Amino acid sequence: MFDFSIVTAWIDHFLRTYLDEGWALLVEFVLVGLVILTVYAVLALLLIYIERKICAFFQCRIGPNRVGPWGVFQSVADMVKILLKEIIKIDRADPLLFRIASFLVIIASICTFGAIPFDPALHAVNFNMGVFYLLAVSSLGVIGILLAGWSSNNKYTMIGAMRSGAQLISYELSCGLSLMSIVVLAGSMQLSEIVNQQAEMWFIFKGHIPACIAFLIYLIAGHAETNRGPFDLPEAESELTAGYHTEYSGIQFGFFYLAEYLNMFIIAAIASTMFLGGWMPLHIVGWEAFNGVMDMIPPVVWFFGKTFFCVFLALWIRWSFPRLRIDQLLSLEWKVLMPLALINILFMALCVM
Amino acid sequence: MKVIADLAAQLPGATVEQQGNTFLVAVPKEKLHDAASMLRHNSKLQFDYLNDIIGLDNGDTLGVIYVLVATQFSAYTIRLKTETDDRENPEIDTVVDLWDSADLYEREVYDFFGIRFVNNPDMRRLFLRQDWVGYPLRKDYDADPELNPIPHEAEDLDKMEDLPSLEIDLNGARLEKHRQLFEKEDYVVNFGPQHPSTHGALHLRIALEGEIVKKVDPNFGYIHRGIEKMCEADTYPQILHLIDRMDYLSATIHRHGFCLAVEKGLQLETPERAHYIRTIIDELTRIASHLLGWGCMCNDMGAITAFIYGMRDREKIMDIFEQTCGGRLMANYSVIGGVMADIHPDFQKKVRAFVPYMRKMLKEHHILFTGNPIARGRMEGVGYLSKEKAISLGATGPTGRASGWSNDVRKIAPYAAYRHAEFAEMLRTDGLTFDRYVIRLDEIEESLKIIEQLVDNIPGGAYAAKTKAIIKLPEGEFHQRVEGSHGEFDVYINSRGEKYPYRVKFRSPCMTLVNTLKHIAVGTKVADLIMLGGSLDYVIPCIDR
Repeated sequence: MFDFSIVTAWIDHFLRTYLDEGWALLVEFVLVGLVILTVYAVLALLLIYIERKICAFFQCRIGPNRVGPWGVFQSVADMVKILLKEIIKIDRADPLLFRIASFLVIIASICTFGAIPFDPALHAVNFNMGVFYLLAVSSLGVIGILLAGWSSNNKYTMIGAMRSGAQLISYELSCGLSLMSIVVLAGSMQLSEIVNQQAEMWFIFKGHIPACIAFLIYLIAGHAETNRGPFDLPEAESELTAGYHTEYSGIQFGFFYLAEYLNMFIIAAIASTMFLGGWMPLHIVGWEAFNGVMDMIPPVVWFFGKTFFCVFLALWIRWSFPRLRIDQLLSLEWKVLMPLALINILFMALCVM
Repeated sequence: MKVIADLAAQLPGATVEQQGNTFLVAVPKEKLHDAASMLRHNSKLQFDYLNDIIGLDNGDTLGVIYVLVATQFSAYTIRLKTETDDRENPEIDTVVDLWDSADLYEREVYDFFGIRFVNNPDMRRLFLRQDWVGYPLRKDYDADPELNPIPHEAEDLDKMEDLPSLEIDLNGARLEKHRQLFEKEDYVVNFGPQHPSTHGALHLRIALEGEIVKKVDPNFGYIHRGIEKMCEADTYPQILHLIDRMDYLSATIHRHGFCLAVEKGLQLETPERAHYIRTIIDELTRIASHLLGWGCMCNDMGAITAFIYGMRDREKIMDIFEQTCGGRLMANYSVIGGVMADIHPDFQKKVRAFVPYMRKMLKEHHILFTGNPIARGRMEGVGYLSKEKAISLGATGPTGRASGWSNDVRKIAPYAAYRHAEFAEMLRTDGLTFDRYVIRLDEIEESLKIIEQLVDNIPGGAYAAKTKAIIKLPEGEFHQRVEGSHGEFDVYINSRGEKYPYRVKFRSPCMTLVNTLKHIAVGTKVADLIMLGGSLDYVIPCIDR
């Protein structure tokens, strides 16, 4: 079983032998930042390819099959294309806000991405209030979306942004509440601590019914957070052409696009961390041989396996269901999910007691 | 029959002539509104369905024909004719207060003939730009490009929103009025002409209040090709090719209708084999069109997978067409006197194989979408269209039948081989979006039944009757109704005995459907507006003839 901590410890040791502690830390910060950005971009390309293939599978098509074997380089080609495209200047748009918006969206997404525990050793931001940090940073994205819609000087983007504001702020509630019920169970907000507590049994099994309910609520609300069908109202291709990013072109549009895919991944990653044990292998109490076999699989594989399972669920939903209407969307949140999540926390507290 | 004859005889200043199921009633233009309102509101038989308004340039006079149907006896029509000899300022009373569908029809007649309808509050041009010079379908129209140069700028929105009207009040005072379409504070959004969900180059101007639609104003003409004008310079076999290009989704059905109208004029006996083949092809077209309509509606609601499923099954029909007709979308199959070529040897085998395949896939479509809770939640309780409103708007086809209006021309006036097949007219009563959605899938099932009955019994013999090299229709008016996939398609041919028609008019079923959207979308959300558009299933080239 490969352990990433060997690599990270070696780099740390290597830097400290040649540099002061402060400089060594600075170099490490830069390195971590670079690695996160690279993984972010590569994952986005991978996710786009996966989505296109899975979508094609649902729709009885073949999907990308021309660029490279089985079309694996299709999204790379698309990336090159989008980098080369002209950034169109929009007439009477607010230039400053228009530019900032796309950066805000992607910065929020990257900051959240950094806090995800991929592996015991691959965990860049490990606060003692990690869950809080995740919720706080991920909700910054909505500011970018609102700004994008407002500054584009377009009525479609305006409607899209207003929808998005209503939707994201509403669904953040039940997103946060469902995670809180796991925090109640774990007694900690630190992500590494939460994962470690799931060594014997994942929280979705440990937490009985309240955890299952919280998992379902989180999947629905988290899916809504990503602005993807059936909750893709802010974009609503058939209604608002492209919603809040109608006027964006080139790499600015690319930022929105990347953030959308990575948000899907982040939501799935949080779901797997909080409910499905993160990088922890599947252990069943008393089955020592089975647990031994499970331990053979590296944690990174466990993490990505669980996350991509959640991503697959999201894609399955996205490509099967029609879009909700704005009033149905909001009544689902305020009348169903949020009360349920509140009651669920109470139940969870009772269970823990 | 006698009721209609009696009624027609009572009309003020009317001369009545009967041709089969059609009553030709001519009234002087002063009496037109009285006659129309008598036909619309009387105790015996209400002519509640205004099928079409046909403008006509008779040389020295300008005429208008109102095609009226009483839905109790749908097989009979009254053609109410009137004319005015004032070519400079022709004015005729409006019938907008009697039938909702008259709104767009009168604007069309004004656009092409310059007849102003008195008291119609909206007398903008319908297809052409508001600053167009001349009236193209008049015989003395000057097509000089100097008069109407190709414009380099988009049409002024202020002009598009200014509604001119000529009103004469009870005292006889003439008032030239200008109304504004929208109020000053309205948040007006353009949907189209470039938009993913307007099903073609339709331009809707929508006043929004938050997410709620306050007013819808459709603008047509972005792909208008002047097919009716072109027909006046083409021979009958040439015209056939233009018809395929109107409603490309029910191209073969509309072409069939035109062939039937010409055959009626020539009194040509079409071989039975041709009738059977045409009917099977028509029903295949209907299935293909409904599949696409279903898929587009699902796509409008955000379910892209359903759209692909619809296209996949439609492809099977396109393959059958390709083999037998040569064309796929534009099958180019019916010709005057029969069909272009005999069916492919594999045709029957393939159609027989298609029927069970489609039945199986229909079940899948129901599982994928009809039972979906989100889809049901979106469709139920939205977009109510009452039966009376549907009739008044002339919303024919599946839309009208979903509201309980029995309007299937295949049943009312059976043509071709429909009398040899047993099938039910699908009717629903609620008139909601869900009914309009599900009725299409039900009609696919009925079409499969028709195909099943006919495909094994195609009689032998010639596939087309011999026609002369140059087809000349005798003098007179010929009319044929057929059931297109989106609604009733009517062909009106006015012949002066030449090899070119004097005037051809097609009733576009889709135009009334867009008019319906205008009425039922008010008060719904933006998302519903798009869905309603999908549920009405209109095709824009059919409107922009």
